[in-house]
Parts: sequence; structure tokens; C-alpha cells
Amino acid sequence: MSCVRLLTGGEAVAHAMRQIDPDVVPVYPITPQTPIIQTFAKLVADGRARTEIVNVESEHSAMSAAVGAALAGARTMTATSSQGLALMAEVVYIAASMRAPIVMAVGNRALSGPINIHCDHSDSMLIRDSGVVQLFADSAQEAYDLTVLAPRLAEDPDVLLPVLVCQDGFTITHSAEPVELLSDELVRGFVGEYRIPHPLLDVARPTTQGPFAMPDYYFEFRRQQAAAIEAALGRYSELGEELAGRTGRRYAPIEEYRLEDAETVIVALGSSAGTVKDAVDGLRDEGVRAGLLRVVSFRPFPAEAVAEALCRADSVVVLDRADSPGGTPPLRAEVGAALYGSGVELSGAIYGLGGRDLHPADVRTLLAGNVSHVGLRGAACLV
Amino acid sequence: MGGLRRWDELPPGGAVDPDAAPRPHTGAWRTGEKPQVERTACVNCLLCWLYCPDDAVTLDGETFTGFDLAYCKGCGICAEVCPVDAVAMVAE
Repeated sequence: MSCVRLLTGGEAVAHAMRQIDPDVVPVYPITPQTPIIQTFAKLVADGRARTEIVNVESEHSAMSAAVGAALAGARTMTATSSQGLALMAEVVYIAASMRAPIVMAVGNRALSGPINIHCDHSDSMLIRDSGVVQLFADSAQEAYDLTVLAPRLAEDPDVLLPVLVCQDGFTITHSAEPVELLSDELVRGFVGEYRIPHPLLDVARPTTQGPFAMPDYYFEFRRQQAAAIEAALGRYSELGEELAGRTGRRYAPIEEYRLEDAETVIVALGSSAGTVKDAVDGLRDEGVRAGLLRVVSFRPFPAEAVAEALCRADSVVVLDRADSPGGTPPLRAEVGAALYGSGVELSGAIYGLGGRDLHPADVRTLLAGNVSHVGLRGAACLV
Repeated sequence: MGGLRRWDELPPGGAVDPDAAPRPHTGAWRTGEKPQVERTACVNCLLCWLYCPDDAVTLDGETFTGFDLAYCKGCGICAEVCPVDAVAMVAE
């Protein structure tokens, strides 16, 4: 039986981990991820999961141990945030290239400096091009659901990639909301047994993993990795439909909110979508035809679905919670590429860096005219 | 680039199945000198076997039988560690 409990996003994901019962979890604590592993470690200590938790000395070691465990043949999960993800970054690329199906919970937090513990997406964007799948939840419920979905996606024979389930630090990780937990039996049945093509501990068929690749093969392996994450988009949609059949909730690569006749559409990732929806409702009440497109799957980026959803709009405003100093912010770059040649007017703004809140009034500011930053002192920073 | 495989013909992540992998005779890289053994001097201590970085010392059970030049790189460690100077590096 499923049950509804009052849980933070961190606790909800820890319960998903308990139900998945991974073989190995190498992990190092960091705010705001800590409640995930703290809650999960207690569940393991209480005998409610059989996982071997490996207390490593850094996130670099956490991901290194995760690669070894996943390729040895153990279902492996971990979790991190911010500087932890930055320290992991070298091995995140290696995990993707070695096709290690690790599931990782990310509590998104700003990168230093200045040092800060609150939410933005600069940590995820740092590893944007590493080849890992990145799904952005908008709530504790969705963080839980996507964590349940993630092992199947990661371990799919056509994918075999790390899957990161990202939830906004504090806004989701530390905020309690009613979360429907599926039954343990349902989750275990959905997730199934861990299988990979070449487990290192298959002594009857030993393999070499992670071999050196010279100019005659490196390019081929990078192409293979790109094909794997391209395959993840379709697979994610299929798994999302399968899980939706059990939960009644939707898990498409994008969420469309009041888009059918929208003239102006805001595009965003993560928990800010809730604020934008509220603002959209207010604007609609005043006769302004506004809408929201929330991107759930940032990697792989569902460019065709985004273009299809936005092509009827007059203008699109992309909200980025990470900057790319000297260049185009990451979400705006993706949406711009998807809309190229469509004639839709595109603009965008940076918001929410280091945990600054996005208020409904900020959304109105965005729609009032071209602004480069919202919520930044010094008014609207007209472009 | 003939004979090289396409990206979609490679195992995921480049995992190498030893049975499917070529085993090139890396002794072709050897430069300079090769080891030569004076069998009457050898005391079968197997230090050369223990130290050889390329597994190029051959045994019959626990008895030294010689060098497999298909893998020897000519590094000279065997000659260096031999306690009775039974191994000498000689020109090819």
C-alpha cells in the first residue's frame, strides 16, 4: 500500500533509496544533500535496507568508489551538492565514459565563491557536458518519483549512464510537504534486479574496463556516449509512462502549463516553476495570456519537444539559475538553439543565484520588458 | 584506418573481453639488447621471473626454461637481479 507522509525532499529521496535497497552507497556529507544520506544511513542502521554505506574521505573518492562498485556488478547510488559535485567532476566524466549506471541525488547549491550554501544550478551546469543524465524535480514528490524511476533508466542496456536526480537545495531538500510513498513491493518490482553487460566480478568472463584509447578510438567512444544519452530521452519517456500508470502523476521530459493559447511563455527548471505557475495564474486572471514550460530533463535536452511546445508563442523568456559569464546562460542557450529559425522572440534573465528567492512580482517584471537579471538590487537591469 | 571498428560496433565503455582482444607480440618494441642465459650457471632462484615486468621469463612448473622474446623489451632487469651473473644482455 502506498501512504502519504509529511517529508522533506531529502527524506523522501532517502525513502526511495531504502525501497530500491542499493548494494553500495559511497557518500560524503555536504549541505544541503546531508539530510538525504543522514536519513538513509539511519534507515540502514535500523535494518530497513541492506546497503553497504562506504564512508569515504571526499566526493572524489565517493564517485571513484561508485564507479568501481557499479562496474563490479553492484547497484550503486550516491548523493552530493555544490563543491562536492565540483570535486567529483573529474570522476563524473569517467563514470559516464565507462558507462557506469550510478544513480545520484543532487541537492542543487551555488558554487563558491563567495561561499554560500543555498540553491542555484551552477553545480549541475558545471557537469553539463559530462554525459550524465540530469533530471530536475520541482517538488519532494517528484524528487522521490524520479529517484524510483532512475535505476531503470541508468541500467537500460541502450543507456548505461549515471542518472542525476536534481532537487533545489533547501527549497526542496529541507521543505516538508505531503509525499506519497509507493509500496515497497511496487518499487522493488518496478526497479527489478541489477544487470550490466560486463560486470567485473564475473570471474567466468573477466574483462578489462576503462582501457586507454588513442586517436584511433577516442572519438568513436565519445560518439558512442553521445548515442547513449540520446537513447535516454526516449527511454525516459517510456519509463515515465510506465511509472505514471502506477502513480497517476506525469513524468514527461517537459511539463507544459497553460501553454495552449499562451502568447508569452516562461521557461524554467526546478522548484521555481511553482512560483511561475502562481504568477501565470494571476496574469491569466488579468487577461494576460502567459504560460510556463518546465524542463524536467535538462540532459538529454528534449529540443524537439521544447520547440513544438513553444512554436506557437510570440515570445519566450528563459529563466536561468546559473550564469555563464562571458557567454549565454545554459538553459537559454538550449532553448535558443531549439527555437532557431522559428521566429519566436527569445529573451532571458538570470535569477536566484546563491538562494535568492524568486517572487511572483519578479515574474511580472520579466514579462514587462527585456531584463537581464531579476531579483538583483539595482532594479531591473534593463538590457 | 582499415580494420578499425565503428563507434556502434564497440562494447559499451570499451570493456575488453580478453578472448576477443588481439595479443600483439610486444617484443617487437625491444630496442638494443636481448637477454642470454648461461644455463650451467643458473641456480633456478627465479628472481628474473619474479622481477620481469613483461612476464617474458618462461617456466616449466617451477623450473626456469628461458626467455620469451615475443614479449621481452630488453630492459635488462633480469641480468641486473641475477645473483650468479648467468644472464647477460647481448646485441640482437
